[in-house]
Amino acid sequence: MGKGYSGIPIPFPVLAKEALKDSQLRANLKRATSTIRDKRARVVAEVKDWEALRQAGHDIKMAALADLSTHLARFEREFTEAGGTVHWARNSQEACEIITKIALDNKISEVVKVKSLTTDEISLNEHLAKYAISAKETDLAELIIQLADEHPSHILVPAIHKNRDQIRDLFVKEIPEAASTLTNSPTELAMTARTHLRKKFLSAHMAVSGANFAIAESGTLCVVESEGNGRMCLTLPEILVSVVGIEKILPTWNDLEVFLQLLPRSATGERMNPYTSFWTGEGGDGPTQRHVILLDNGRVQTLADEVGREALACIRCSACMNVCPVYEHTGGHSYNSVYPGPIGAIITPQLLGPGQAKTLPFASTLCGACYDVCPVKINIPKILVHLRAIENRDNAGKLEKLAMRAAAKALGPQGLKILSTVTATLAPFIASAPLQLLVRHIPIARQWSAFRNIPTPRFVKKRTR
Amino acid sequence: MKVGIFATCINSLYYTRTVEATRTVLDRLGVLIVDTEQVCCGQMHINSGYPELAEPLVDRVERNFVNCDFIVAPSASCIGSLREHENRPELVAKCLDLSEFLVDILKVTDVGATFNHRVTLHTTCHSLRVAKLGDKPQQLLREVRGLDLIELPEADACCGFGGTFSVKNSDVSGAMLHDKLANILSTSAEYVVSADNSCLMHIGGGLQKKGTLIEVIHLAEILASRG
Repeated sequence: MGKGYSGIPIPFPVLAKEALKDSQLRANLKRATSTIRDKRARVVAEVKDWEALRQAGHDIKMAALADLSTHLARFEREFTEAGGTVHWARNSQEACEIITKIALDNKISEVVKVKSLTTDEISLNEHLAKYAISAKETDLAELIIQLADEHPSHILVPAIHKNRDQIRDLFVKEIPEAASTLTNSPTELAMTARTHLRKKFLSAHMAVSGANFAIAESGTLCVVESEGNGRMCLTLPEILVSVVGIEKILPTWNDLEVFLQLLPRSATGERMNPYTSFWTGEGGDGPTQRHVILLDNGRVQTLADEVGREALACIRCSACMNVCPVYEHTGGHSYNSVYPGPIGAIITPQLLGPGQAKTLPFASTLCGACYDVCPVKINIPKILVHLRAIENRDNAGKLEKLAMRAAAKALGPQGLKILSTVTATLAPFIASAPLQLLVRHIPIARQWSAFRNIPTPRFVKKRTR
Repeated sequence: MKVGIFATCINSLYYTRTVEATRTVLDRLGVLIVDTEQVCCGQMHINSGYPELAEPLVDRVERNFVNCDFIVAPSASCIGSLREHENRPELVAKCLDLSEFLVDILKVTDVGATFNHRVTLHTTCHSLRVAKLGDKPQQLLREVRGLDLIELPEADACCGFGGTFSVKNSDVSGAMLHDKLANILSTSAEYVVSADNSCLMHIGGGLQKKGTLIEVIHLAEILASRG
């Protein structure tokens, strides 16, 4: 799935174990996530009707999904009537082929890109490279990632795992315009990227973007961003192609009002983001060819799941990963997916289908912090548990299934009575030194005892009378 | 008003002192307690992705407490799980964590307890975000005579237990526990208290492995204590 992510499903616990060894990564993550977390909490607290807004966001999205085909048809009609071209893609391959064909037909060898998760999801850059078309990322953090030949570890702050010193060194090595005297000051780093990118904006003839929202009633696409690189890409080149997941549909402009309040506060912790761009078909200033590719790539099968479909309401704000204690410890790369963190753990397994990312639904303690901050009230813990059941049906080990059935018996009426007599009798020995040593050699128990002793039980003292 | 104590399986098996303490506190406040058969609430099965195995257990819980006006448990986590069965509205309406029952139903925060120790509170994720206890445990602890409540840094951060997460993702769980223990050790507390023995089992096991003398204790046991 996208951007050089390993096609082989490496289990989350394996990747996480590796990531945990990197203390620099953990320090970078802790600092960055807690900064964004605090900023978000501050600006959310300012909004008196935040809970009502969240509910409205949830309701609008779920209603739009319930009648998706009508809204998509409306969007297609309006966008086409305004002079744009609408394409439909069932999967990554189809979407990539459409974009490649547009580029080749117009003799394009370099495209500039607006930060877009959907194009990461379809591995667009890798596909274009096969046709000698280079795709240039223009978002500062995406540029950092591209120069480092890595993949993003966060959906909004793709280079969150890197600190300023690491970025300074990378720029000196990879950007021709970077002076060797470059320091790690954010201003100097941003100016270096700006000088480098400005040339690209002015020379590129084709841009590729995603979209945050697609408004059906007028056939309008919307991109919300911070740096202005998006505005450059959306207005300077002659050709603009936007890859948009079908779940991005909003029926009306009135609906958008809710999301333009929810998204910036949840994402960057800003009251309003600096740049919000809209375009409808063709005409006026800007690109003379405007294409939109409406992408399925697993969304329809997700929509078919009564519990899981709520995940499609996601507006990609990343608040869930900024509060997730698991994400904070392991970083985004452990999820081996374009969508990491709590939302990734429920979206990726659904887009790919059962068995393809089977460890992700288990990569959570179900602490619920994600659900609390989600601006569209996606019940992430509930969906995680639902997906665990789906994965277990096909993929759980025989031993685990057997153990779970045995536990259900043992914790039932008769079982619990007998078992509690046993534990009460054995109480003095349970946490004894020999047993502590013994469990270090038993699988599963070993997983426990690596970090904890068998805790001392607390039983009622026998009554003396 | 008839109240049934839902012991929870972990307490029946490992922490009967917590169950007894719950009974002591309710007795002291003159609550009529009905004795009932005990089973597990099925949370482990639901959260591990085996919901079909939980159903008979939840049925049994519902049946066992049918004559009670309230089901009170010394566990915000199990109560939170029971309350998620939206298809069983009568059961859901009856389920309360001990601190909710004391503060919301009995309207009591001073239960007549004395505990002469320095204590820090691990708020637990399920207390805060599933059962939504708010600051009820703090309200109760503040009224305990002799108790010095010390604030735990990053108190609302997950301790990393997460049921089967602790073995399926044991390295991540261990790293999260490491941070939680560091915060606990930064206080001068003698006891870590919480509304759930499941987190405490994990935290307590970690504290023992580190060889510290800090003990874990359930909120009910402090409320039952006479010093």
